[in-house]
Amino acid sequence: MSKLDAKIPEGQLETKWTKFKSSVPLVNPANKRSLEIIIVGSGLAGSAAAASLAELGYKVKVFCFQDSPRRAHSIAAQGGINAAKNYQNDGDSVYRLFYDTIKGGDYRAREANVHRLAEVSGNIIDQCVAQGVPFAREYGGLLSNRSFGGTQVQRTFYAAGQTGQQLLLGAYSSLERQIGMGAVQMFSRHEMLDIVNVDGVCRGIIARDLVTGKLERHFGHAVLLCSGGYGNVFYLSTNAMGSNVTAAWKAHKQGAFFGNPCYTQIHPTCIPVSGDHQSKLTLMSESLRNDGRIWVPKQKDDQRKPIDIPEEERDYYLERRYPAFGNLVPRDVASRAAKERCDAGYGVGSSKMAVYLDFTFNMDRYGKIEVTKHNIHNADAATIRKLGKEVVKEKYGNLFDMYKQITGEDPYEMPMRIYPAVHYTMGGLWVDYNLMTTVPGLYALGEANFSDHGANRLGASALMQGLADGYFVIPYTIGSYLSNEIRTKAISTDHEAFVVAENKVKESINKLLTINGTKSVDHFHKRLGKIMWDKCGMARNEKGLKEAIEEIKSLRTEFWKDVRVTGTADEFNPELEKAGRVADFIELGELMCVDALTRNESCGGHFREEYQTEEGEALRDDVNFAFVSAWEYKGEGNFELHKEELKYENIKIAARSYK
Amino acid sequence: MSGNMNLTLKVWRQKNTKTNGELVDYKVNEISPDMSFLEMFDVLNEKLITEGKDPIAFDHDCREGICGMCSMHINGRPHGPLQGVTTCQLHMRSFKDGDTIVVEPWRAQAFPVIKDLAVNRSAFDRIIAAGGYVSINTGNAQDANNLPISKDNADEAFAAAACIGCGACVAACKNASAMLFVSAKVSQLSLLPQGQPEKQSRVINMVAQMDAEGFGSCTNTGACEAECPKGISLSNIARMNREFIGAELGSEKY
Repeated sequence: MSKLDAKIPEGQLETKWTKFKSSVPLVNPANKRSLEIIIVGSGLAGSAAAASLAELGYKVKVFCFQDSPRRAHSIAAQGGINAAKNYQNDGDSVYRLFYDTIKGGDYRAREANVHRLAEVSGNIIDQCVAQGVPFAREYGGLLSNRSFGGTQVQRTFYAAGQTGQQLLLGAYSSLERQIGMGAVQMFSRHEMLDIVNVDGVCRGIIARDLVTGKLERHFGHAVLLCSGGYGNVFYLSTNAMGSNVTAAWKAHKQGAFFGNPCYTQIHPTCIPVSGDHQSKLTLMSESLRNDGRIWVPKQKDDQRKPIDIPEEERDYYLERRYPAFGNLVPRDVASRAAKERCDAGYGVGSSKMAVYLDFTFNMDRYGKIEVTKHNIHNADAATIRKLGKEVVKEKYGNLFDMYKQITGEDPYEMPMRIYPAVHYTMGGLWVDYNLMTTVPGLYALGEANFSDHGANRLGASALMQGLADGYFVIPYTIGSYLSNEIRTKAISTDHEAFVVAENKVKESINKLLTINGTKSVDHFHKRLGKIMWDKCGMARNEKGLKEAIEEIKSLRTEFWKDVRVTGTADEFNPELEKAGRVADFIELGELMCVDALTRNESCGGHFREEYQTEEGEALRDDVNFAFVSAWEYKGEGNFELHKEELKYENIKIAARSYK
Repeated sequence: MSGNMNLTLKVWRQKNTKTNGELVDYKVNEISPDMSFLEMFDVLNEKLITEGKDPIAFDHDCREGICGMCSMHINGRPHGPLQGVTTCQLHMRSFKDGDTIVVEPWRAQAFPVIKDLAVNRSAFDRIIAAGGYVSINTGNAQDANNLPISKDNADEAFAAAACIGCGACVAACKNASAMLFVSAKVSQLSLLPQGQPEKQSRVINMVAQMDAEGFGSCTNTGACEAECPKGISLSNIARMNREFIGAELGSEKY
């Protein structure tokens, strides 16, 4: 266990973080000026960390592959951000947010990390409002809240369906302020292609300038990977086209353990796949489940239009199966339930792989409230619907527009057709309480780490975690490392370790460019995605996973023999970028299957068909699997499992029920 | 693929910033009306790669209309024929079988072409760095509800903050002016109490940076508003002009 010391502070759960903060070693301002920090990724975690650390006086360099830090995929988060503010007076508290998150994660997250997350959640909202983030407000001028899955309180703060955009632009503006002051050096259109370790300690990175193709060496006393999740291993996901695992994977190959790689979040409400040409899937925010009811026809293969199917012939299966939480069950539960109905033959739409998300009931409910508010007597159904539609439009207008744009159908008139899609990855680089990986000096923040969501993340908690890590955790925890680094002089990038790392990257690029095979990078990516979705997706089983591992191995061999990467190394070459990322996804895909195969239980997003109750619910095995899987890279296709035991001292571990 | 549209594309090809570019003709066949415009480009690039040719470089990332990275000038209009839609959300059902479609990069001195359809928009970042923020360090904030903001102001600030920084406003403007982009940020922060302490320095510094980047002047033609995929209103420009004049005349500093 010596290799996996989570460094959780002693003491009562409620006081661990407070005590840690007041006892963590500090770095004096003069020393901060000579300590350099590299941050890879400029999403919520990266931008927030960069701004906060630069404000403290550290010298910061930020790298992102997009043309501007504002493009990071945090921008696409729609629904909201959780915080235990209890502004609604509905009984929320830090403990409840902590409890909901542990339970939502199917008892596979660390208590101390999650409690800290809940503790700082309120500060995040304060910070964002102070930056000018325009959250939704009530007429009295105070902040508005809505509900998200897996909770029974209203604690989600939002800005229409663009919460991620507004939070990221807030963090981005703080980052740009530091750039303008010269405290942060920004490297956009740069991709990190390896970390550089000197004497077992992370001391920098090799990055490629994506415009000129030039490889660069950068030194840092510490390196923070804030590079997001790896959902694109499935090819089709709600991630951005460029979202990738490369930074995290390169770090993994250099000694950083990978935690719980098989925990993937399949989001229940996405626009279904429409054809082979599809390049990505689009999410319809979980917030829609506040007002949308999910159903399928009771009759198989019902050819009628949804609006012609009478109420009694509809199966509101979530409300039926989970009356306590209804349409607001957590994502893993809602996704599996949709799959169950479709697999049983009740799916709708041309592919029969979709269910309805219907707003008519609540449009009419809102309409009736409006009618009462405006003293309209004897209003007809059309008037009620019209007024209700306005209310729904104000809440979700941009999402409805997006749906219409993509499908060509009007969701105000017809229920949306939705189906689960890959959305988020709970797994990631293993980190301790300080967010440091198993490589000293190398940290992972936000979706890139494995830490807070266990086997399933609750809605509106990704934004919370990214910003918590960046604004409120790393500025403290990094002190415990950097306080010992004040005597370390900047290492010259002529040091042999940098030369070796750069040569290795150069070699790998040259190899990709000289294969000159017959198939495009996308060809391989699509095939990998299909293997992963079919055999390591919403449901997994031993046989399928074993097959997947073999198929991925041979896909990897074929890729390195037959991929065609056009262009050269010394130019703007998006095909080359993609090739490197897909090569890493193939290796990761294998590890995900290995992890899924090892975990002989069902929990959260990891559903092994062999382990389910008679009612089809996930069947956990707390005796044998209450641990974090942390995988060590031992060479191509060779991974060693380390276990971090999960101890529940404050929450009674129990079967998860939303009934 | 199962599509039935056959199209001719005239696409701007340019090797890098230093070379000259030209429009090159391409045929794409069997395009489905359900494809997005960028997925049609994926099909074309796949074909070019198979033929051993250099695929077309274009910027794109989220493909859901929010990151602001996609930036194609389609048949003379930024983001194509529809209003309120980014290139990635434009679908082929907006075109007809047999159409010829001209695709160019954003054209502006301040947005040099990197390759083909990808341009450098870092000028926008530098404008934000000049003042598009509230100077609040992490950890200094009061409780969020201690600062009530009227719903109308909050909504108006949100409408301005919806800008995705894509640069369509600049591309649409005959002067390549960035006034809509800059004014959206100035407006957002001047509508909110948090933005008041730096109100004057913000507008002065952001406008100065905008000028330094080589963007043109605003002559109120309104093309920016018409082409903005997020419906950012011209009234923001009016507000910024008021703020600017107020800052110039009312401040002792400037």
